[in-house]
Amino acid sequence: MPVGTQGTMKGITARQLEALGCRICLGNTYHLGMRPGPELIKQANGLHGFMNWPQSLLTDSGGFQMVSLVELSEVTEEGVRFRSPYDGEEILLTPEKSIKIQNALGSDIMMQLDDVVSSTVRGPRVEEAMYRSIRWLDRCIAANSKPDQQNLFAIVQGGLDPALRTKCLEEMTQRDVPGFAIGGLSGGEAKDRFWRMVTLSTDRLPRGKPRYLMGVGYATDLVVCVALGCDMFDCVFPTRTARFGSALVPWGSLPVKNKQFAKDFRPIDENCDCPTCRRYSRAFLHALFRSETAAMHLLTVHNIAYQLNLMRSIRESIVEQRFPQFVRDFMRTMYGSRERYPPWAMEALASVNITLE
Amino acid sequence: MTCRVLIGPGKRAAYVREAAGASQDLHAACQLTSMKLSLSKVVSGCRLGTLTNLGKNGVQTMELPGCLLYTKTGSPPHLTHDTLQAIKGVPAVVQLTLSTLVELHEVLEEYKEGIGKFIGMPESVLYCSLHDPGSPCPSGYNNNKTVSIWGYGGRMEMTGSKFMSMQRALQPDWIQCLSDGDTISGETSRKRAKKSVDRSLSFLDECLQLQEKSPELQGSVMVGVIEGGDMLEERLRSARETAKRPVGGFLLDGFQGQAMAKETKLKLMASVTAELPEDKPRLIHGIGKPDEVLECIERGVDVFESFYPYQVTERGCALSFSYDYNPDPEAAVIKQNGIQDAGKNGTEKDINETSKADPEITSFEIF
Repeated sequence: MPVGTQGTMKGITARQLEALGCRICLGNTYHLGMRPGPELIKQANGLHGFMNWPQSLLTDSGGFQMVSLVELSEVTEEGVRFRSPYDGEEILLTPEKSIKIQNALGSDIMMQLDDVVSSTVRGPRVEEAMYRSIRWLDRCIAANSKPDQQNLFAIVQGGLDPALRTKCLEEMTQRDVPGFAIGGLSGGEAKDRFWRMVTLSTDRLPRGKPRYLMGVGYATDLVVCVALGCDMFDCVFPTRTARFGSALVPWGSLPVKNKQFAKDFRPIDENCDCPTCRRYSRAFLHALFRSETAAMHLLTVHNIAYQLNLMRSIRESIVEQRFPQFVRDFMRTMYGSRERYPPWAMEALASVNITLE
Repeated sequence: MTCRVLIGPGKRAAYVREAAGASQDLHAACQLTSMKLSLSKVVSGCRLGTLTNLGKNGVQTMELPGCLLYTKTGSPPHLTHDTLQAIKGVPAVVQLTLSTLVELHEVLEEYKEGIGKFIGMPESVLYCSLHDPGSPCPSGYNNNKTVSIWGYGGRMEMTGSKFMSMQRALQPDWIQCLSDGDTISGETSRKRAKKSVDRSLSFLDECLQLQEKSPELQGSVMVGVIEGGDMLEERLRSARETAKRPVGGFLLDGFQGQAMAKETKLKLMASVTAELPEDKPRLIHGIGKPDEVLECIERGVDVFESFYPYQVTERGCALSFSYDYNPDPEAAVIKQNGIQDAGKNGTEKDINETSKADPEITSFEIF
């Protein structure tokens, strides 16, 4: 799910995004709640109408901004107090307020407001946040004025502590929600703790409901986490790295803005069918990147196409019962040889009986 | 008579050599499909017509009066091929600027297949002008042998041969000839105006000669550039002399900027176009606002740039104006003194806010 934080996928139109095959993307409650605000968006026929997006939308609660904009925030039982970077005003984001904004936005999937702590934080704060997230989940469920139209997902917390995470899972799975997110990970923690928390979570989440791993990410992480039982992912990485001049390819990434591509007349990926690869060469993108925003837009289109194509290939391989072989091929293409395979990935895959040769 | 053979770049050189060798077959081998201007009407000095047989394949057309598609480094600003396709009525002829492409000389020489394919517009008709209309050049850098182009990396001096070498790598359909248009920053002396004409004619002759010897450019049209600053005599001399050369069209240069009084500008334009053959297009640079475009059309100009929408965009405005134009002299005076139509749908407050936002805002846009 590409991330269109402020009601837009930076640099491309809703139509372009849809034409790439995207069927769901993200909007952000904190940013949109600040500007232009829920009242105006409600008048514009919700976020779908405001963005002119005919497919599905998922809105984050605003919780992650607690971590990413932490200098500006303070957390209490009531909610999160922010000092808005937009106008310097103080706002209190409570579970009720977050849901109210998301109801106005009209997203198809809404996220509970959770008490997010960075995965690198240790100590009692992690436990506090975990229990509070459960209480906030209940408040969010109660505050949802459109349970038949908007799907409220719970977000499992507990940091990197197996006991805390297990406790959270026990509690949250008792609530009747249409889906579960695995939160509090993908924040710079060591990969071999990361995957163990992911698999611990998927082991305890119901099989019949979607599992959304928040903030993931890189291609390898996506493939491994699908193997561990995750269904949905979001990450700013592909679109952000495009704006910084990097194109994603099955064997890594190409920093097109680097000099080495000045006379490289091949497309980014000869096997890619996206509008960028069909028409433009690395050399042209390199030349364009120096001065024109169009270069960023072209790379954004390609990177989104890359991600969507990766996920489609994964789905096809699952349906055709050859997912383990898909994983082997993927790893070989990405890393070249076994010595280069990341150990955490090999362990994680081995834990679900996928062995790499 | 020069014979223009319009076929794909890869085969062009071989075909020309072959055709030249078999002189009796030359006529038969020649496809006389060079650019053609058909005038359907002339009303009060305004020309209505069509340019046909444009482009590498000779099948593109352009309605006149018309405009070019503005690009920077070969891309319309902010737009990709897909978003461009979503716009109705995109101009058939694309304007490239040497200043935004000059750093790609080496790359294009290695690429060999021309700028059109490189920028992902292999089917478009391409016009290469010297300078980017959005970024006026500093004055005082041209001399008898060179014209300075301001690329992203700084100033580059172009001799006739370096210029043509670049054009061989670009392979555009229309080429603004190397010319000295440095007469637009303040008062131009008669001497300076004369120099701009002399130098430009000299460059024109040099470049036409070099074009003869360049197989890659046999299908390209050289646009002669009319200079002369604000001196009527020099303008007429430039027009007459340029018209004697085998150019495919004319560029009225040196009318950019605010240095020349409006009356003088318009009078000179009319005088210049009166000297030019009817069957070749007249281009102008630096004119963007709708009212100014109309004034130029009334004085025999056919082709305009479209940098103006880009400038409006960059100051956060949207173009919004009625196509009903009443060239009322009184209203024109009021317009010149401030923002007029911006207040039509808004209040007094809006006008003040608008003018505070950007002094460049015209009456054709909303903030």
